[in-house]
Amino acid sequence: MSCLLQLENICKSYPGVHALKSINLSVERGEIHALLGENGAGKSTLMKILAGVEHQDQGSIRIDGAEQHFATYNEAIAAGIGIVFQEFSLIPYLNAVENIFLGHEIVNGFGLLRKHEMREKAIGLFDRLGVKINLDCSVQHLSVAEQQFVEIAKALALEARLLILDEPTATLTPSEAELLFDIMRELKSQGVAVIFISHHLEEIFQVCDRISVLRDGANVGALTVADSDIDTLVEMMVGRRLEASFPPKPTQARGEVVLQVRDIQLTRNGPHNSFNLHKGEILGFAGLVGSGRTELALGVIGALPVVSKDVLLRGQSVNLSDPAHALANGIGLLPESRKSEGLIVDFSIRENISLNNLGKYEGASHLLDRHKEDVTTEALMKQLSIKAPTCESRVLNLSGGNQQKVVIARWINHHCDILIFDEPTRGIDVGAKAEIYNLMRKLTEQGFAIIMISSELPEIIGMCDRVAVFNKGAIVNVLQASDINPQEVMRYATGSLNSEHLH
Amino acid sequence: MNTSIKTMTEQPNRMKLNFAQLIRSPAFYPFVGLVVVTVFMIFASDKFLTGANLENIARQVSINAIIAVGMTCVILTGGIDLSVGPVMALSGTLTTGLMVAGVPAPIAILIGLLIGVGFGVGNGIFVAYLKMPPIIVTLATMGIARGLGLMYTDGYPISGMPDWFAWFGRGTLFGIQVPILIMLLTYFFAWVLLQHTRIGRYVYAIGGNEEAVRLSGVRASRFKLLVYSISGLTAAIAGLVLSSRLMSGQPNAGVGFELDAIAAVVLGGASIAGGRGVIIGTLVGAMLLGVLNNGLNMLGVSPYVQSVIKGAIILLAIFISRQRHK
Repeated sequence: MSCLLQLENICKSYPGVHALKSINLSVERGEIHALLGENGAGKSTLMKILAGVEHQDQGSIRIDGAEQHFATYNEAIAAGIGIVFQEFSLIPYLNAVENIFLGHEIVNGFGLLRKHEMREKAIGLFDRLGVKINLDCSVQHLSVAEQQFVEIAKALALEARLLILDEPTATLTPSEAELLFDIMRELKSQGVAVIFISHHLEEIFQVCDRISVLRDGANVGALTVADSDIDTLVEMMVGRRLEASFPPKPTQARGEVVLQVRDIQLTRNGPHNSFNLHKGEILGFAGLVGSGRTELALGVIGALPVVSKDVLLRGQSVNLSDPAHALANGIGLLPESRKSEGLIVDFSIRENISLNNLGKYEGASHLLDRHKEDVTTEALMKQLSIKAPTCESRVLNLSGGNQQKVVIARWINHHCDILIFDEPTRGIDVGAKAEIYNLMRKLTEQGFAIIMISSELPEIIGMCDRVAVFNKGAIVNVLQASDINPQEVMRYATGSLNSEHLH
Repeated sequence: MNTSIKTMTEQPNRMKLNFAQLIRSPAFYPFVGLVVVTVFMIFASDKFLTGANLENIARQVSINAIIAVGMTCVILTGGIDLSVGPVMALSGTLTTGLMVAGVPAPIAILIGLLIGVGFGVGNGIFVAYLKMPPIIVTLATMGIARGLGLMYTDGYPISGMPDWFAWFGRGTLFGIQVPILIMLLTYFFAWVLLQHTRIGRYVYAIGGNEEAVRLSGVRASRFKLLVYSISGLTAAIAGLVLSSRLMSGQPNAGVGFELDAIAAVVLGGASIAGGRGVIIGTLVGAMLLGVLNNGLNMLGVSPYVQSVIKGAIILLAIFISRQRHK
């Protein structure tokens, strides 16, 4: 009866992937409902279906008992759904009022804007949220939290009755998050339902009423906050997948230190970080999205300017001021987003692999020896079992796993021995994941040293010999083999342990 | 799968593959377009298909085609060079002016070419190292080059070069017109550079995904600087040929040439966003424009109407190339 949103038996498949398997979800009026799940569990797909961006293969969406078919985003909005995506959709140069009414401007009979009326309404909306926002400056000058409040106001201006917040606290400071929770509670008291997606488990206990957990595209369970605790939730999210698919960790002592990074500081007043990397080990960089892991890696290889850093390679001080220096010193980065940063998708496998080692094929005449290039490429494809018709196949047409292997091949071909994997298995299916894991382990056995940045907890636990846990740009602890478990990593990553205890 | 099947089907497969590759080449549709327009002109005018007229077309095309070589390199990286017309004019007037002033001819020619390269390096520094948008940078240097040319000549054409200077624009070698030879040579070098050297690979790679190139440890900026320098050089070569053909250094030459060069590149199947295109396509594109110009003139179509027809053809060409890449 009081059920605002009812999802029944929602199924969705993509070619080769069963993204959602018969999902049921009900959200009541005036309820804050947490949606939990690891990366790839199906949360985003579900939200996209609710937003009318994707369409379910099966199942029904009911709002207030009436079945809905959203063909577009606009239809979803019209039905009372408001979504605040992780990436804001505000126009940076417009002010809050202009953003709130973008596309729904209030005009007079001549088609001219009724600025005063819109401003009044915006003030009313922010009053409803209980926050004060500078309405005159362009939103780019507002803080991230304030921008988020503008997004929420924008949804409310369109009379959203169900507000979906996709990891809203990922980029907020704790006090800003508190403010957001107050807003959520306020909206709740006004009868608005909120779906809250977050990885910070404590936050869920702070503000939510009920919790639904997804894993591998299926419902694992729905429970009330009162009936659950962190351990149950972690268990439900992670499931039994932990033991499976990871190659065994080496038992012998790790090798000598190959890379020493001391006092790297990315921004003025930012934290100083130091870490060591040993030969033959996988060092994990764990932490929440936005905790500064990628930035630190980019800073180390010189792809991002730093305030100060001191890098020693096998005891020798080296100056890594751009990625070309890092390459010359045998350090390679495999970027988080393969398609936009790692690969040239229009290039063939051969061209992508030889991208940074063309010098090998250059003769005295400075012409490239295509035969030599073909032979090398085919040998690498065999070595890493890259599956493609020929080495001339465009990487655009390869699966995620094979694309990742192409990037790996590039660095192996250049005789790099320190590799930084940023989210190495993002967007890769389960079978290919295991292959990538085995490959990484094989590399360390051959003497490679690997840093693995990952937001997937099981991966961190299953693969890493040591784990550096990041919180708000700082390495708060480096966990050794026996201490690496989900609870420990999460405790440091979410800051529920005061970092003062460590020093 | 199984080897016997493989060997049985290998031969026809390979032939099919070659045809498929041909169709997939960015130069395929431009080439079809060139054939269609040429056939149309042959039927429309009986004077079109004469040796003299064809040679005439090739010579007229040569200037634009040479400029378009550098433009292709720049566009393949995802950039653009608007300064080529004025740089060509500046280079031509400087070469002729120095020659008339008594500077030995080889040195005058060398200085003319170097000023082209110099402008290219300037463009490259602003674009690659100071990260300014190419369209703005080259719009500015376009004005600067034009102004310098006019300052140097005081606005008057330069004449009085030794007679042999006409060789570059009007002479023949092995029975072929020199401008055509220079054009073909430029295309040959560009083809080797783009298809068979490291530089060429990076030109395509930068147009495809500059960030990936940078993160893989390649200094992309160097190669971007290089393509603008090449563009300056080819503009200067065109300036040499043009001033030789006219036997005069014209400070006002080359107005709108940057647009013709861009049109040739795009008609030749290259993507304006970079990463896609072949140099031979640009030659086809330039020929296509040349055949259109020549044919429409022969048919007595007014220049005003010609402009409309050429614009419409460019729109059509880009529409087709976008459809193919969907």
